[in-house]
Amino acid sequence: MSKFPKCAGLLAALAFTAGPVMAETFGLGRPALPEEIAAWDGDIRPDGTGLPKGSGDALIGEEIFAEQCAACHGDFAEGIGNWPKLAGGADTLDHDDPLKTVGSYWPYLTTAYDYIKRSMPYGNAGTLSDDEVYATLAYILYSNDLIPDDFILSDETLLDVEMPNAEGFIIDDRAETEYAQWSDAPCMEKCKSAVNITMRAMVLDVTPQEETSPEAEPEEAPLMVTAAFDPALAAEGEKVFRKCKACHQIGADAKNKSGPILTGVVGSPAGVVEGFSYSKPLIKVAESGLIWSEKELAAFLEKPRAYLKGTKMSFAGLRKEADQRAIIEYLKSYGN
Amino acid sequence: MSDHETGNRPSRRAFLGGAAAAGALTAGGARAQTPDPLITEIQPWAQGFGDGVDAVRYGLPIEYEGDVIRRNVEWLTADTISSINFTPIHALEGTITPQGCAFERHHSGAIDLRKEDYRLMINGLVDRPLVFNYADLERFPRENHVYFCECAANTGMEWAGAQLNGAQFTHGMIHNMEYTGVPLRILLEEAGLDTAGDLADKWVFVEGADASSNGRSIPMEKALDDVLVAFKANGEALRKEHGYPVRLVVPGWEGNMWVKWIRRIEVMDGPVESREETSKYTDTLEDGTSRKWTWAMDAKSVVTSPSPQAPVTHGTGPLVISGLAWSGRGAITRVDVSKDGGMSWETARLARPGERMALSRFYLDTHWDGSEMLLQSRAMDDTGYVQPTKAQLRAVRGLNSIYHNNCIQTWLLRANGEAENVEVS
Repeated sequence: MSKFPKCAGLLAALAFTAGPVMAETFGLGRPALPEEIAAWDGDIRPDGTGLPKGSGDALIGEEIFAEQCAACHGDFAEGIGNWPKLAGGADTLDHDDPLKTVGSYWPYLTTAYDYIKRSMPYGNAGTLSDDEVYATLAYILYSNDLIPDDFILSDETLLDVEMPNAEGFIIDDRAETEYAQWSDAPCMEKCKSAVNITMRAMVLDVTPQEETSPEAEPEEAPLMVTAAFDPALAAEGEKVFRKCKACHQIGADAKNKSGPILTGVVGSPAGVVEGFSYSKPLIKVAESGLIWSEKELAAFLEKPRAYLKGTKMSFAGLRKEADQRAIIEYLKSYGN
Repeated sequence: MSDHETGNRPSRRAFLGGAAAAGALTAGGARAQTPDPLITEIQPWAQGFGDGVDAVRYGLPIEYEGDVIRRNVEWLTADTISSINFTPIHALEGTITPQGCAFERHHSGAIDLRKEDYRLMINGLVDRPLVFNYADLERFPRENHVYFCECAANTGMEWAGAQLNGAQFTHGMIHNMEYTGVPLRILLEEAGLDTAGDLADKWVFVEGADASSNGRSIPMEKALDDVLVAFKANGEALRKEHGYPVRLVVPGWEGNMWVKWIRRIEVMDGPVESREETSKYTDTLEDGTSRKWTWAMDAKSVVTSPSPQAPVTHGTGPLVISGLAWSGRGAITRVDVSKDGGMSWETARLARPGERMALSRFYLDTHWDGSEMLLQSRAMDDTGYVQPTKAQLRAVRGLNSIYHNNCIQTWLLRANGEAENVEVS
């Protein structure tokens, strides 16, 4: 392999000297069963090796994306806040602050399949079926104007999609471009004629500030425990809450993310978290006096977008009543 | 204490407080005007009892060192589950990073994985696909090595200019530990490599057990050379945030390849080109093309004290300028320090001879006359490589590489002892 000119020699030496030793093993470990290998060996290669059978298109993908991905990546894969943008950025790679997306930067589409399948949705990894991954990926490609909306993405067509930046990579060339010119005997005296300060971090002022000293911190608010509070149910709810964590924080130090802080939400008026920019429909129902009672919360959580058309919360919903009750109990454990 | 507790960016007010304290401290060296009650009066600690044994059964730092902690830069990432924090290198000494304050980087959070539930699979082009449990790993011959682990993005926020005011934030995506583990070569041989045939063009793909199952492809040459499957660091079990119970250690190469909670190693005939090695950890040059497989971390150094978070509080006189140097391609052989922004240089003293792929500590024992200094350090490794300036790096790479910024850093030390992150011509 041309990348490793020294490699062949080194390996030859290894094979020569370690030949007899390599035949000896410690007899540790046990054979991996085919089912076990199948369960874990899911990597997908640029030549398509490992792609599972299946298919999907952007129309199906749009629904999946709205439910599973849009909370972080935006309805149109345009990204929210600091979460990654998945679309756009064409022809920006040689500009200042290039926008690197699946469309503008990723060289291989197999990589996107591999990554969505293994790591997404965030906080609920590995739950999409193979067809759902094809559909989601089709929607991302469609959002990047790389395929038409009726293109069926499948194990047979995936390699047909041309990735714009496929030729945009070179293998590490520091040995040729840098090492020789940065290996001269360094200068020790009169290395420059003048030294001027050209930039100062203080001017930019983006360094995190010191945390509040412990003395100044207000005492932690006591938990609002109602008579009906069920700690076991709340513990169940804590597990369900993992689905919410990508967008919501709760507790004394909670901060708004793509969703508002949920501390004290049970029984509070809607739309009152400071610093969170609510959707217009939510502001409207808040103005008409909506209180997040347990009943209203359950209805909202069951199917957020059916409950409040136009809500920013693109979460699919908690269909199971038991999950709704558990999560509300958990929310109650963080009273105001 | 007050000067230290201001932490990230000593304010003017805090500094003045510090200067007053410094007055008291320097008085130790001068003639005392009045007897020091700390000496003339019996102190509580000299009279009553301290803590008995077992007061803290796994020790923590004393409360007075409470400012020596990892810190996060909130605006860098969307949330802390997929994020990074920084080692307080400005406040540490020697070269070994205590695990409790060694930087963390997660893609789906630090997971709870018991030793009993741990499994490591080796599959692919091997003679015998195998599954090891944790106890199996402890029965293989093991080795101890001190290595640094540096995130490829360390100092990445400084590409476009001086930005973050503190060595912790500019250079703190690094830690250095003594790892104990089994050479990956031994595990691969246990599974048998005859099936793989010619090893020169083979790779291993390594992935973790967490929800991101972060995966990277590593060429076989490196896998058989010095990669460790490690289960201890600094003599104790790995911390949860560093991959307990087992992580990969890939000496000298970018931290993203040091897969935590490693669960699978597949021998392959090519790279997977995973998300981490294509869309991330590739370095975009000015013309829009990007370098990939930039695995090795080049020689680099930084003055850790004085620095913005470690101002001079003792006034003029003896001053120890101290810092860290490292190279992912070998051992540090020399570090030079400049006090005038690179106009002239003095060779610093290495605390110990440089070790391969490990941090070196350097000192310049000097006298400060109270005038402004522009402090820089410049590392050299045993390949003859000399750490470049920001201008040299930018001339080759432009401003958009994000990763592998190993430029010479400049601190402006003002006459009042405060320091600031600056750039010089």
